[in-house]
Amino acid sequence: MPETILLAHGSGGKLAHRLIEENILSDLSNPMLARMDDSAVMEFSGQLAFTTDSYVVSPIFFPGGDIGKLSVCGTTNDLAMSGARPLYLSLSFIIEEGFPLSDLKRILSSIRDTAREAGVQIVTGDTKVVNRGNADKLYINTAGIGRIKQGTNISGANIVPGDKIILSGSIGDHGIAIMSKREGLHFSTDLQSDCAPLCGMVANMIATGADIHALRDPTRGGVATTLNEMSEQSQVRIVIEEERIPVRDEVLGACEMLGFDPLYVANEGKLVAFVPSRDAQRVLDAMRRHPYGARAQVIGEVEQAETPCVVMKTVLGASRLVDMLVGDLLPRIC
Amino acid sequence: MCVAIPALIRSIDNDLAQVEIGGITQQTNLQLCPQAKVGDYVIVHTGYAISILDQEEARETLKLFESIARVAAEEENCR
Amino acid sequence: MKYVSEFRQGRLASGLIEKIKRSSHTPVNFMEFCGSHTVSIFRYGIRQVLPETVSTLSGPGCPICVTSNVDLDKAIALARTPNVIMASFGDVLRVPGSFTSLQAVRAEGADVRVIYSAIDALQIARDNPTRQVVLLGIGFETTAPTIAASIMQAKQEDLNNFSVLSWHKLSPPAMKSLLDAGDVAIDGLICPGHVSIITGSQAWEFIARDYGIPCVVAGFEPLDILQCVDMLVTQVENGEAKVEIAYTRGVQHAGNTVAQKLMKRVFEPCFAQWRGIGAIPGSGLKLREEFSKFDAEQVFDIAPGPTREPKGCICGEVLRGVKTPIDCPLFAGACTPENPVGACMVSSEGSCFTYYLYGGKNA
Repeated sequence: MPETILLAHGSGGKLAHRLIEENILSDLSNPMLARMDDSAVMEFSGQLAFTTDSYVVSPIFFPGGDIGKLSVCGTTNDLAMSGARPLYLSLSFIIEEGFPLSDLKRILSSIRDTAREAGVQIVTGDTKVVNRGNADKLYINTAGIGRIKQGTNISGANIVPGDKIILSGSIGDHGIAIMSKREGLHFSTDLQSDCAPLCGMVANMIATGADIHALRDPTRGGVATTLNEMSEQSQVRIVIEEERIPVRDEVLGACEMLGFDPLYVANEGKLVAFVPSRDAQRVLDAMRRHPYGARAQVIGEVEQAETPCVVMKTVLGASRLVDMLVGDLLPRIC
Repeated sequence: MCVAIPALIRSIDNDLAQVEIGGITQQTNLQLCPQAKVGDYVIVHTGYAISILDQEEARETLKLFESIARVAAEEENCR
Repeated sequence: MKYVSEFRQGRLASGLIEKIKRSSHTPVNFMEFCGSHTVSIFRYGIRQVLPETVSTLSGPGCPICVTSNVDLDKAIALARTPNVIMASFGDVLRVPGSFTSLQAVRAEGADVRVIYSAIDALQIARDNPTRQVVLLGIGFETTAPTIAASIMQAKQEDLNNFSVLSWHKLSPPAMKSLLDAGDVAIDGLICPGHVSIITGSQAWEFIARDYGIPCVVAGFEPLDILQCVDMLVTQVENGEAKVEIAYTRGVQHAGNTVAQKLMKRVFEPCFAQWRGIGAIPGSGLKLREEFSKFDAEQVFDIAPGPTREPKGCICGEVLRGVKTPIDCPLFAGACTPENPVGACMVSSEGSCFTYYLYGGKNA
């Protein structure tokens, strides 16, 4: 097997088959995938959630993860945010000619391990190879299907005044971890991306029997952008308290240095939950018992509003607006 | 543009210092603060230290704020 | 974060706020010269917690906002020159010049690179010996010494492909010009903390002495600004006008003499064009003859073409403190951070951007 990916690996011929059998199938094998039909066929009853995302993060290997882990976390997290238990993923690669096979193997191992943790199977996929220069190393697309248990109704449109807002942990870790590896920013840190599959923690939250109104994972644009989207969806005012939002020292330091606000920095392993006041404590407890929610905090609550907006109570007790991110802090962060 | 931040000097090699800002390490140029030494906090702007932070003054300022807060609390109690 | 977090404590802020409320009787208008102070004031909601007697007003201390279209057009023309690599601090890229921006010409193929430090620009020059690297030198006295240091370094290394487009501006002459214009009544000046690290608090003495206006040099954390306001209120109530330092952990009377010497060695004061204010004598810095090899204005023959000012934009009046962003007919309508018309809406320290970000359309 050649050491690098060649155009022929994407052509559907012998080399392509060997790539799939010796590398992709060997790592991700399950009965549905092993059948090697053009489509995966499955039976369902009840409500399904379906989502897709493409992953173009640079660098592809970063502290705390890689593009493979991200491609499983991102899509399964989107399913979990609808209250769905992730079941199946499709996995498509677009690979630049010359990409090292050893790197692809590393990424596949990552995908395998993360899929195992998330409890999903990769049941169908595709591999394309493009000429050198027509892609930056490797891009991944995953689409996912999950099952929503009967009675579960979780949506950004369900938020009502009085709801408490719970944040699962510290913000900005992913964005800063990525930035620390970018050329030209000149800082180093031990900070790791928070990239993680949240479906296990979400399952525990739902299992408490609490009436969870909405869930979302604040990725690009940070917590600020996500909360703005949700306030718009449900037409409410969201009020958060600055002092309650957990931010690691490293994120604070990097943000001060670069002139960023942690509220706008990307996360890949955090969620915000909107729950009625009476359910807030038990959901919080369930989150804190899970490794990905150990630093969970109630950070604010929802109010009635003429105009939907997000407002923050500062350390001085004053209120100021928290708008959506304008432009891009940094491109290709996920 | 006037963004500048306190950083702790961990080591110095000629004009260059390795500094720490809340868990992040960075290189900083000491040309504008040649008297800075390891253990000092410097105020860093675009990769250059522009001043040695006076830690004693910082402590005094915070003490002043504490006493103002105490007075304010006492006045509040008297009301 | 050491020496930052301690100055953001809400508990200590309450004490300062109470003290200001107790002492302030005379209605006053304090101007914060520096854009970074405006950002802090809005970010922490300081205006909301101050008593009604105290108002604050933003000044022209945003180096990107005060860069004229003439200068921007020059930079854009230079960026389009074959073989040039333009190295610039981030925000400058999005500022609209007469017809386009550096960001737009970069998308068209010009080599424009964002740098964090002048040191980065030197490295780009070393790494690209056959290309001409131009550093956009923008900023006040805080940044000018760092650019001067990079020019000295370039001289020592005898670099032949490094030059600086000097847009540096000096704060005291701008403040003097504002006060002489008499358009706006200022009862106290919140002096820029980091500029004053370099210049020393001495730079503001002429304001207290010749204009009778209290001056206090402030840091940028919420407690720093509240302490500054407290000290200004005290001066006003006592009928005093002097220069005091609130930011004692950073600023001294004489300033950073090493930095001042370096600036003097490399630069000399000159006329500078300030957006909205006009030409102010002695308010800019140009490279001395000895360093002409590193002066982009001398190295290149820059022909930017005719200048055009954006219609309806009142950035100039906002910068002078005569109007606030909300007074601008374009604010939050035709002019937003996504589609900026004027520089004040682009810079992360611009008044309009700050009002928009933290106050919204209903600021």
